Amino acid sequence: MTMPDSVAGLLQIMTVLVVLVALHRPMGAYLAWVYSARRDWRLERGFYRVIGVDPSREQSSGAYLRGILVFSTVGIAFVFALQKLQALLPYSLGFGSIPNALSFNTAVSFVTNTNWQSYSPDVTMGYAVQLGGLVVQNFVSAAVGMAVAVALIRGLARVRSGTLGNFWVDLTRGLARVLVPMAVVAAVVLLAGGVIQNFGGFEHVTTLTGGSAVIPGGPVASQEAIKMLGTNGGGFFNANSAHPFENPNAFTNLFEIVLMLIIPFSMPRLFGRLVGDTRQGTAIAAVMATIFAASLTAMTIFETHGATGAMEGKETRFGVWSSTLFATATTSTSTGAVNSAHDSYSALGGMMALLDMMFGEISPGGVGSGLYGMLVLAIITVFIAGLLVGRTPEYLGKKIGPRQITLASLYILVTPTLALAGTALSFALPGVRDSVISTSIFNPGLHGVTEVLYAYTSAANNNGSAFAGLTANTDWMNISLAVVMLLGRFVPIAFVLALASSFAAQDKVPATAGTLPTHRPQFVGLLLGVSIVVTALTYFPVLALGPLAEGLN
Amino acid sequence: MSVRTSARPWWVALRAMLVFTVVLGVAYTALLTGVGQLVLPHQANGSTVSSGGSVVGSSLIGQSFADEDGKPLARWFQSRPSAAGDGYDASASSASNLGPSNADLASSIKDRRAAIAAFEGVAPAAVPDDALTASGSGLDPAISPAYALLQVKRVAAATGLSDAVVHRLVESRISGREAGYLGEPTVNVLELNVALAALTKD
Repeated sequence: MTMPDSVAGLLQIMTVLVVLVALHRPMGAYLAWVYSARRDWRLERGFYRVIGVDPSREQSSGAYLRGILVFSTVGIAFVFALQKLQALLPYSLGFGSIPNALSFNTAVSFVTNTNWQSYSPDVTMGYAVQLGGLVVQNFVSAAVGMAVAVALIRGLARVRSGTLGNFWVDLTRGLARVLVPMAVVAAVVLLAGGVIQNFGGFEHVTTLTGGSAVIPGGPVASQEAIKMLGTNGGGFFNANSAHPFENPNAFTNLFEIVLMLIIPFSMPRLFGRLVGDTRQGTAIAAVMATIFAASLTAMTIFETHGATGAMEGKETRFGVWSSTLFATATTSTSTGAVNSAHDSYSALGGMMALLDMMFGEISPGGVGSGLYGMLVLAIITVFIAGLLVGRTPEYLGKKIGPRQITLASLYILVTPTLALAGTALSFALPGVRDSVISTSIFNPGLHGVTEVLYAYTSAANNNGSAFAGLTANTDWMNISLAVVMLLGRFVPIAFVLALASSFAAQDKVPATAGTLPTHRPQFVGLLLGVSIVVTALTYFPVLALGPLAEGLN
Repeated sequence: MSVRTSARPWWVALRAMLVFTVVLGVAYTALLTGVGQLVLPHQANGSTVSSGGSVVGSSLIGQSFADEDGKPLARWFQSRPSAAGDGYDASASSASNLGPSNADLASSIKDRRAAIAAFEGVAPAAVPDDALTASGSGLDPAISPAYALLQVKRVAAATGLSDAVVHRLVESRISGREAGYLGEPTVNVLELNVALAALTKD
């Protein structure tokens, strides 16, 4: 008696749900301790001495932002330099120096937590660049995202304060107390599941037929763990998590899905703890989970009801259900790893991956970025609700005035502007259009338009997944996508920190009969509605030009 | 603001990045490589499979069982179509990335259906979806049980083994879903062919 796919698939989804429900409370409590503990570890104190930072010194939003920008600029320079020097580095597998435009794109991509890959790692990246440059950014870019979310929470929690914490301390604690220990454990689990970890290079063997075959090597498990846990997504191999050495079986597949979701889904709990009302976090998590569930349902229906060819780009061991669950998790967080080829999904199934990103990756979003994105939407929601029913616009006792609503609105505008402008310019600029159409686009017709739209949406939202038929290794694509990734990462962060600072400076107004409660199902519904309206109104026209037209054709 | 204070964050960032490169890049990777090589060497080194005393591949990396011209060899179970290099090139993992409305995808499927139906001597409608499509990695080590069973008659004829023996071999090599409900039932093609080689040797 074999179990139907649908029953097995639903059981798997239930498993993910149960694990997340069970883990998000202790995880949220742990994160709350990490970011509010008074004592520094001896290891951390030593590190602060080495880099020359006084951990007890609080920073204004300006200093906090300056720390992030300077640190990220140095990161880009490091990763760029490593790629240029690849020919001189050990364990480079004979791969040479990487061209400027591609090096720049890759450096920006990993520093911004995007992990867009214009290159094919199998034929481009040696082990030295992967571990010395890319793995390091996998860790630190994730810790930066968490730090920004914590700074915003502190802004909401503090009263008449001019500071938001210390960036270097938040960065260090995120690494030392959260990401590194969890990545070590996760890497060992992946190793046990069959993910490789060696420095063997490409091994050639003679097959049963007398032909030859290659067995690739590499320190993969260590990179894979932080790639998923930090919602990074950059594959060690070109095929990413579809590659059997990155994701050998259905168990590792489930484990990687949980790794992507565990921190983002625990952030609302951290938020609730730090603002002293866990119900506020639960409301946020409920909106995240609802959008996730709706999107997963739609994608799975589109993929299971496709014509022959649903298995194009999918692995036998995963089938449709384990592919759509992974695809929804990777595009709803800012991960962008793939265990199946999104380019070969049905038009409407692929559109769901695109929509997950267009939501601004809030269901549950990247580590840190998901929570701050959702909190900005919560601010907009409180404001709109105030207008509709005549309530005082305030959130957690903080007044939503002209400054706050301006900053929140600007935040919301950044990624759609980048995604749509990048797509439009690719087809509008005369010299560029030829290169995009003749070199970059792979599939003909409307699907080719969607490939370009997907690329800029992915870059603007710092996701990193692709409709990978697209050839992005051209000067236009490498540079324009890098600019979009940079602005899509740091401009929203600047607005979030400005918001945090404006909240921190305020007093807390006591809740009155006129205050809209923000922990009830009513608010969950409102926030959900606002998220959908903002996304749908922004992107509907361009979806109609691409996947909707293709799917309904 | 003095030059000293405005330059400070840059020195902090530079020193931090140097420490992170050593700790998060080198030491972290070295630690896990040590654990892998000492505790889980089989997995860490690619889950290799041997036949007749020599390594013939990895149980996780799919292979082609075709001749030099790409023609399927009748005495071996066949893997799925592959878009990695010229097919199952593990130094160039890749999907086809053909879109759902791409005419090339429809014609590939049509051609493969006809070719496999003729090769196996079955009706075109009997060929399962995984046999008609390229995988996400181009290195899919597995096929569906349906595709493996479809190949029994042809393999039996080419090897001189009886249908029943080959059928039993396939049945014994079907892996159910992990933990009973994760993923899909599969047959590992390389392991199946290694078992087949052992049978034909006697």
